[in-house]
Amino acid sequence: MRKKVSAFILLFAFWLLLTFSVEPGFFVVGMLLSVLVVVLLAGRHPRREWLLNPLRWLWLLIYMPYFFYYCIKANLDVAYRVVHPDMPIRPGIVKVPTTLKTNLAKTFLANSITLTPGTLTVDIVGSDLYVHCINIHTDDPEEQTREIVGRFEGLLKRIFE
Amino acid sequence: MIWFTVAFCLLLLCAFFCLYRLQQGPTAPDRTVAIDVLGTLVVGFCALYALRTGKGFYLNIGIAWALLSFVGTIALAKYLEGKAFDD
Amino acid sequence: MTELGYLLIAVGVLFDIFGTFGLVRLPDVYNRLQAATKCVTLGTCFILIGVALSGPSLGFGVRAILCAVFILLTSPVGAHALARGAHLGGVKLWEKSVVDKYEEDAEKVQEAMAAPKAKQSD
Repeated sequence: MRKKVSAFILLFAFWLLLTFSVEPGFFVVGMLLSVLVVVLLAGRHPRREWLLNPLRWLWLLIYMPYFFYYCIKANLDVAYRVVHPDMPIRPGIVKVPTTLKTNLAKTFLANSITLTPGTLTVDIVGSDLYVHCINIHTDDPEEQTREIVGRFEGLLKRIFE
Repeated sequence: MIWFTVAFCLLLLCAFFCLYRLQQGPTAPDRTVAIDVLGTLVVGFCALYALRTGKGFYLNIGIAWALLSFVGTIALAKYLEGKAFDD
Repeated sequence: MTELGYLLIAVGVLFDIFGTFGLVRLPDVYNRLQAATKCVTLGTCFILIGVALSGPSLGFGVRAILCAVFILLTSPVGAHALARGAHLGGVKLWEKSVVDKYEEDAEKVQEAMAAPKAKQSD
């Protein structure tokens, strides 16, 4: 029941943000649609105890500008490689291990890697990530791991585990 | 304002690059990437058009387009993989 | 605020151009995905944030930010699915690529996919 109520609140808040008006007609339609979606898709979303821990939200707030910095850097890097006449790229798929355990944390890590400098997650098998790099500096696996995974792992561990 | 026209023209240039890849792309995934990028560009176009005309509902179109293009991309990726959709 | 918004829109359009230029210029699907996901996603997010800053009302801004969040969440997942689909569909890497661990571990990957999915808590 608690799950359903929280899902309903989330959906209804989303509806209110989307319409952004206080007309009663919008309210009623939004309520009906939210109830419909909750009834149809009840219990499909996983447990989220970590949502209630304020410390994790704080770490998430710290994580966002950190991530954004690398994101901008990534874009400048890729843009440079694209417009450079010789295209200084050295692509390949490398394998890096991660110590994160839960699926949610791994998903966040994979998405962060995809949006940062010259790296794109291709697949996750168990605790190994296969990452496509546009420019491989080094052939040493440990160095690669530190470079690709290391900068996010610590913060993500604090947020999700 | 002239600058909006310039921005629209530049976004159309981006869309033209995508169409080139869509027509040229040697493999099916290349074309799918072009479609994905085209979807994201349309969202940007919608947002600029909303600002130009001052009508907020173009942004709603943008949100709907972003979500639908995501679903389309996932479906195409699953198709490329040669798997059933519920796998 | 409005001027900052226009500046962000200009930067966003510029990133979009770089991204699509990379889509035309780079040699294989995976490299094209790199340019497409990073530059075009961030470029469009910049455009949306710029629209939010220079928009006429608060509702405008909230919707634009919501749209930016959706794009930021969905685009890496789409890229990941496409890269995996392309690789499993048999598209090879560019001939000058240096290493392909995914191809080397192909058997392990197939095994992991065939195995029943382990229940995991989130």
